[in-house]
Amino acid sequence: MKLIFEKSVPGREGYSLPADQFEEIPLESCIPKEFQGKKRELVEVSEVEVVRHFTRLSKLNYGIEDGLYPLGSCTMKYNPKVSEHLAVLDRFVLAHPFAPADLVQGSLKLIHDLGVMLGRITGMDAYTLAPAAGAHGELTGVLIIRKYFEDQGERRIKMLVPDSAHGTNPASSAMAGYRVVELKSNQEGTVDLEELEKAMDSQAAGLMLTNPNTVGKFDPRIDRIAAIVHERGGLLYYDGANLNATLGLLRPGDTGFDVVHLNLHKTFGTPHGGGGPGAGPVGVKEFLRPYLPSPVVVFDGEKYRLRDPGEKSIGMMRAFVANFSVLLKAYAWILSLGPEGLREASEAAVVNANYLLVKLRDHFRPAYGGYCAHECVLTGRDYKQHGIKTLDIAKRLMDYGYYPPTIYFPHFKPYAEETLMVEAPESEGKEVIDDFIAAMIQIAGEAESEPGLLLEAPRSTPIRRTDDVLAARRPVLHYDDELKLKAGE
Amino acid sequence: MTPQELLYTEEHEWIEPGKSPARFGISDYAQGELTDVVFVELPEEGAEFAKGEVIATLESVKATSDVYAPADGKIAAVNSDLEDNPQKINEDPYGDGWLVEIEISDPAPLEELMDYEAYRKYLDNRDE
Repeated sequence: MKLIFEKSVPGREGYSLPADQFEEIPLESCIPKEFQGKKRELVEVSEVEVVRHFTRLSKLNYGIEDGLYPLGSCTMKYNPKVSEHLAVLDRFVLAHPFAPADLVQGSLKLIHDLGVMLGRITGMDAYTLAPAAGAHGELTGVLIIRKYFEDQGERRIKMLVPDSAHGTNPASSAMAGYRVVELKSNQEGTVDLEELEKAMDSQAAGLMLTNPNTVGKFDPRIDRIAAIVHERGGLLYYDGANLNATLGLLRPGDTGFDVVHLNLHKTFGTPHGGGGPGAGPVGVKEFLRPYLPSPVVVFDGEKYRLRDPGEKSIGMMRAFVANFSVLLKAYAWILSLGPEGLREASEAAVVNANYLLVKLRDHFRPAYGGYCAHECVLTGRDYKQHGIKTLDIAKRLMDYGYYPPTIYFPHFKPYAEETLMVEAPESEGKEVIDDFIAAMIQIAGEAESEPGLLLEAPRSTPIRRTDDVLAARRPVLHYDDELKLKAGE
Repeated sequence: MTPQELLYTEEHEWIEPGKSPARFGISDYAQGELTDVVFVELPEEGAEFAKGEVIATLESVKATSDVYAPADGKIAAVNSDLEDNPQKINEDPYGDGWLVEIEISDPAPLEELMDYEAYRKYLDNRDE
């Protein structure tokens, strides 16, 4: 398939602009020389060519609307179309971010009420809905912790992060100025209490925990973990990446967490992927409320207002209030399910993952024993003897029409094991999961009898196996690079 | 030194015994598991590390792996050639693919490391 650049024909136009009513001024006369840069060649194509090009590309795409998206750790669930419908209503879409509060009472009420609902769901006292993504929420949460300790006059320079944590936790801690200390997990894949006891000293600000963690294991000793962190004066941070396992079943606030962040684009029925938009609300216990970022929505008994939380606030984390359309979809999703429905969603997600685990464990030996939460970690270890890597298994799944699961993650043990992390959220029915299981078992058979099928996979996609190593070592990031590569430069 | 003369950690790093500064790198098994290294993040010369701290980060298309300090010490030299030629870690993990030289300040933890034979047994007993 040709790139749009290769379809360019000099002089071809896609659109005729009306005659210019203003006098023409040379560009050089209004932009200082040092900012002028080099003239770029723009693509010259007709409208129909543009439409066909991008329609063709869109047909090559694979999304949740094509089929199962078993990407473990990402919670790729189907999101109801009714929420999308609500999010494009004029009354929301046309609300200007600078509109006076009196004119957008409905929008402000929605932000306020969603914060209250998330508080009830997670057992936290106050929420900010400002963070624009999960990692942004993490940074917000860790900055709140940092400001709190500064206020207490305590110097704590480390943040503890288990190796089973969500991958962005170390980066967020480092961004907030902490030295990251990694805690190694025990054989069961959960927090090693002895390691925690050793690391949680007066220099540690706290522990960032994902529970259930990235191997899909719920840490049953969360009460002991919270006690150790709190006894030493630290705070406990909850990464909401895996909240989809415990909605309505267990509230992080009740298990000792002081700060939580959620991913509305994972757990709460708003689209995930494609670079956003997302939303990563942060909830805190009462004593941390003054540190929330600005602005917060308050209700004075009569009207909803945007307020600065005061001098202890960590300040603004983004321009304007929030990714509003994401909040709107999450709000609609929560209301449409209700408390019972939320619990049933998590129960179904956990049942789905365990069904997969039990049906596939004889073919893809699980990384850890026992049952799992909302995702399971299988391995392709047994096929190494046939010269098959887990990567080959994942690529072969594409030939069966599936998006491959997460592979080689988490890498707990040094040098990633042959892991396959599978998640089938509650929006997937038994028939869909059975089909996926059948494909996986078929591939397991091929690995033994006809490994070539896996080594050559994918065979059915427009582009076959890519050279990942070359792409990483010599990335082609724009068309000029492509031209240079072709010219052999 | 030859692989037979080196000491090994459970995290698949090797270090030269009885020397300071001592050369330090990752084992052949580690480079094989990691697959083609595409990016290397090495410490600054003179940087100090406590045992168990992340001393370097190796990135392949499969995973990003941390490399841990085997003992307390200071970085005496860095194999900066790896920045442009990370594949040397795969091609020659015990030779040109060395990562850093460490001036060991407390050699005690090195006594607990495995010799070549013990490391080979350790690899054989891994659950693969």
